Amino acid sequence: MAIPRFWRHIGSRYNLVGTKCKVCGKVYFPPRDVCPVCHRKSLGSMERVKLSGSGKIYSYTVIHTPQKDFEMQTPYVMAIVELDEGPRVTAQIVDCDPSEVHIGMRVRAVLRRIGEDGEGGIIYYGYKFVPERTSAKGAQGHLSVK
Amino acid sequence: MRRVAIIGVGTTKFGELWDKSLRDIGIEAGIKAIEDANISGSDIDAIYVGNMSAGNFINQEHVAALIADYAGLAKRHIPATRVESACASGGLALRHGFMAVASGIHDIVVVGGAEKMTDVSGADATATLIMAADQEWEAFVGMTFPGLYAMMAVRHMYEYGTTKEQLAMVAVKNHRNGALNPNAQFRREIDLDTALNAPMIAYPLGLYDCSPVTDGASAVVLAPLEMAKKYTDTPIEIIGSGQASESLALHDREDICTMKSTVFAAREAYKMAGIMPSDVDVAEVHDCFTINEIIATEDLGFFKKGEGGKAVEEGLTERDGEIPVNTSGGLKAKGHPVGATGIAQAVEIVYQLRGEAGKRQVDGAEIGLAHNVGGTGATAVVHIMRRVN
Repeated sequence: MAIPRFWRHIGSRYNLVGTKCKVCGKVYFPPRDVCPVCHRKSLGSMERVKLSGSGKIYSYTVIHTPQKDFEMQTPYVMAIVELDEGPRVTAQIVDCDPSEVHIGMRVRAVLRRIGEDGEGGIIYYGYKFVPERTSAKGAQGHLSVK
Repeated sequence: MRRVAIIGVGTTKFGELWDKSLRDIGIEAGIKAIEDANISGSDIDAIYVGNMSAGNFINQEHVAALIADYAGLAKRHIPATRVESACASGGLALRHGFMAVASGIHDIVVVGGAEKMTDVSGADATATLIMAADQEWEAFVGMTFPGLYAMMAVRHMYEYGTTKEQLAMVAVKNHRNGALNPNAQFRREIDLDTALNAPMIAYPLGLYDCSPVTDGASAVVLAPLEMAKKYTDTPIEIIGSGQASESLALHDREDICTMKSTVFAAREAYKMAGIMPSDVDVAEVHDCFTINEIIATEDLGFFKKGEGGKAVEEGLTERDGEIPVNTSGGLKAKGHPVGATGIAQAVEIVYQLRGEAGKRQVDGAEIGLAHNVGGTGATAVVHIMRRVN
């Protein structure tokens, strides 16, 4: 992936920045310039918002035949996570056994390494989700990148 | 709007065609179709080609002009148009050919679909197929194409109690049909245990829940119905055509147990045709993964939502069932050369409606339906065809 292509989405990939339509209040991730509910009325009224990163699993799968560059991780869990603010996001579920994962499971976003562009290229970071365990250290329920 | 008929069909064998290039298979299918239609190159007013990703599979774009050229038509300078909507490229090309003839712009139109998928490694083919989904927000984070359909299956199981056995039964049925199709990639039956115990691809989808990587091409010749009898005794009229779109990413849909694009495309096609789902005698539906045959048979109105799995189990979609589905073997057994699939489906329906489907013939089939999906359903195209008596 060309560097600018990754760079221009860093806000969303590192900090789960989405958009909120100031007309109807609906929240979207990734960011949209046009609200699918308000259409033209929403133009210029889509404001950036940082999402909490807390949500629950809507559906999931365990990938055994991976995409290129994910071979070392199989089997790994991918899911659609429904965030508490409403939008759904596709992401990897980590730090748990695949057999633990179920629909409705509470999860929270963490910043992790997603991949890299060859040996000399950039390292891609972004969100993955982990089970929301109240006892876990540092479980603030959101991403935090300084 | 003029009435439109299919007056000729042709297809290559589907499979790993090591000795043939994209242009070879495109031409082979086209020539078979024009021979079947009893026309010659000088009769053709325009061609449309469904092709998903020649740029990635063979590093070649501009393939409609290429195929027209190698069909010997370069000196005739006819319009040659490529149509792309991922795995629905073939069905969408058919719709564009249909609209061109219906509108009166063209009379004789050849619509082909072709994909050459085995000139790249399996990993590269996988990487190309996920381009039908959202590259930035699905593929980037590690999602695969089977993984997306697997999430539909997990949710369908959760909502409606659909079982892994029912998914496997779709594969068993489609292999049984494919065994009778001389052009199918897999001409052998499989049993339920084989399907259930196959290596896992993306839970709950095993190897036999997934359609294969395939080379192949298919073509049809369209003409205004009033001219069709001049060329053939068995014109098959396209009585309904529908197309609809939906969010590109699966996660943006309220309910992933249904494809709204299928629902809306079908609604439009049924309305144009003036028929009900129960009037359909034979259907080719987009079983890129077994779960999608189940979802599609519900969304097309053959069964109530949630009952598609049970319908397979009860044999309702068998060749002698209430609504025979994928008599060709479907994408699962016939093979899935992505850009060709929508046309191949129409070719099977034409064989069925002409009574030329051999051992897989559905007795007395008069109305047939072809349902083609792009990506995870961001595009769906539905065509309804009828025998002209």
